[in-house]
Amino acid sequence: MLAKRIIPCLDVKDGQTVKGTNFVNLRHAGDPVELGKAYSEQGADELVFLDITASHEGRKTFTEMVTRVAAELNIPFTVGGGIGALADVDRLLSAGADKVSVNSAALRRPELIDEITAHFGSQVCVVAIDARQDESGAWTCYLNGGRIPTERSLFDWAHEAQERGAGEILFTSMNHDGVKTGFANEALRRLSDALSIPVIASGGAGAKEHFRDTFLLGHSDAALAASVFHFGEISIPELKKYLQSEGINVRL
Amino acid sequence: MKVAIVKYNAGNIYSVVHALKRLGVEPILTDDAAQLRSADKVLFPGQGEASQAMGYLREHGLDEVIRSLTQPVLGICIGQQLMCRHSEEGNTDCLGIFPVDVLRFRPQRQEEKVPHMGWNQLKMDNGQWTTDNGHLETDNGHLEMDNGQWTARPEGTLDPSRMDNELFGGMKNNAYVYFVHSFYVPVCEFTTAVTNYIVPFSAALHKDNFYATQFHPEKSGAVGEEILRKFLEL
Repeated sequence: MLAKRIIPCLDVKDGQTVKGTNFVNLRHAGDPVELGKAYSEQGADELVFLDITASHEGRKTFTEMVTRVAAELNIPFTVGGGIGALADVDRLLSAGADKVSVNSAALRRPELIDEITAHFGSQVCVVAIDARQDESGAWTCYLNGGRIPTERSLFDWAHEAQERGAGEILFTSMNHDGVKTGFANEALRRLSDALSIPVIASGGAGAKEHFRDTFLLGHSDAALAASVFHFGEISIPELKKYLQSEGINVRL
Repeated sequence: MKVAIVKYNAGNIYSVVHALKRLGVEPILTDDAAQLRSADKVLFPGQGEASQAMGYLREHGLDEVIRSLTQPVLGICIGQQLMCRHSEEGNTDCLGIFPVDVLRFRPQRQEEKVPHMGWNQLKMDNGQWTTDNGHLETDNGHLEMDNGQWTARPEGTLDPSRMDNELFGGMKNNAYVYFVHSFYVPVCEFTTAVTNYIVPFSAALHKDNFYATQFHPEKSGAVGEEILRKFLEL
């Protein structure tokens, strides 16, 4: 059976991971390559590296990091952050990334998804969506890491992204992100049931049960988390054993 | 040992280069016929679209080169599909090394997402393989080969001698490997490992010196590394 995926996400700034100082007994916990390898050995199914650098110099450092990750890691990894044009995608895939995640740039100019999938195939194109639910219950997409609201509905945009060739949707609920009370399973379920491509849940992981719930209730195909893994609150081997005991198919 | 990777217009060849380097091999990436013919091992990896990939291979004469190779050749992902006879993707005539046609996944239920993306299991029960529900589903007709080469076997079994394949010897049943694909090779007489997704399909093929995997051994952790190591040792 196809396994549900557990995906740690690493924020990278100037070639160093931003979170993750409390992680296992790594001498260089700030080194994305070392941290990625540690996660891989623990049983992470994929990794996401997000470039949160703003500078041009930082971008170069990030690309160098991608090359090192590709050389050392034997599981798939996605890179994202600041991808605005096809040239960025080409650079990162050439450095050895398996997939790229596009967010604001695709929302501003949806043709970017068509361009990426035409050149490199659907499988490399993860469309990341940050959305917030307002009091009326409507889910709206945000730009620039959740700073700028748009008029687009989450479901509408996700469907368009799929039609344009996206290989996966990575949905982060801004209402749930950082709160650690579980994923946005209602919205995830609606999204996953409406789409024919895989959906990755993001935002809200605080306990092992939350992963179970997003797979069972949210119909998510994969779950992404950062701090609960980085700070050792949940260990991946334990999480996977727990999920298996709950009847969820995971790679052990 | 000289290991060559076929250079063509398919994506994500770098991960194979890196994986081979981790195994201590420095592969060459080439579309030169002489280089490919003189290599000890040839890998034919990649992700991409079948008709564009075949078009490129034909334009560069690589279709004939690949077909005529006599050393061990390993096709990966679209490489496996291009080694088949025909692909439903772009209605494309392929290399014809494996006399079987590549089909598009047709989801039966909402939870069956396409592409088939992620970690799934190789079924190899002591030379027998089983589907998740314990029997081989034959109502979709995918198991019938149109040139009469396929012979009906007892439900859920393949010729055990085929399963003790050089690439999978000693591997535990149900091992997880990483897949990303929307098209698949049906189970056929050259199938050496089966995976279930929507239908049972060929996770791996073998015929003479030609080997192929639908999954990505270069991205399949320790399990994949072992498969690549075994291929290099052939």
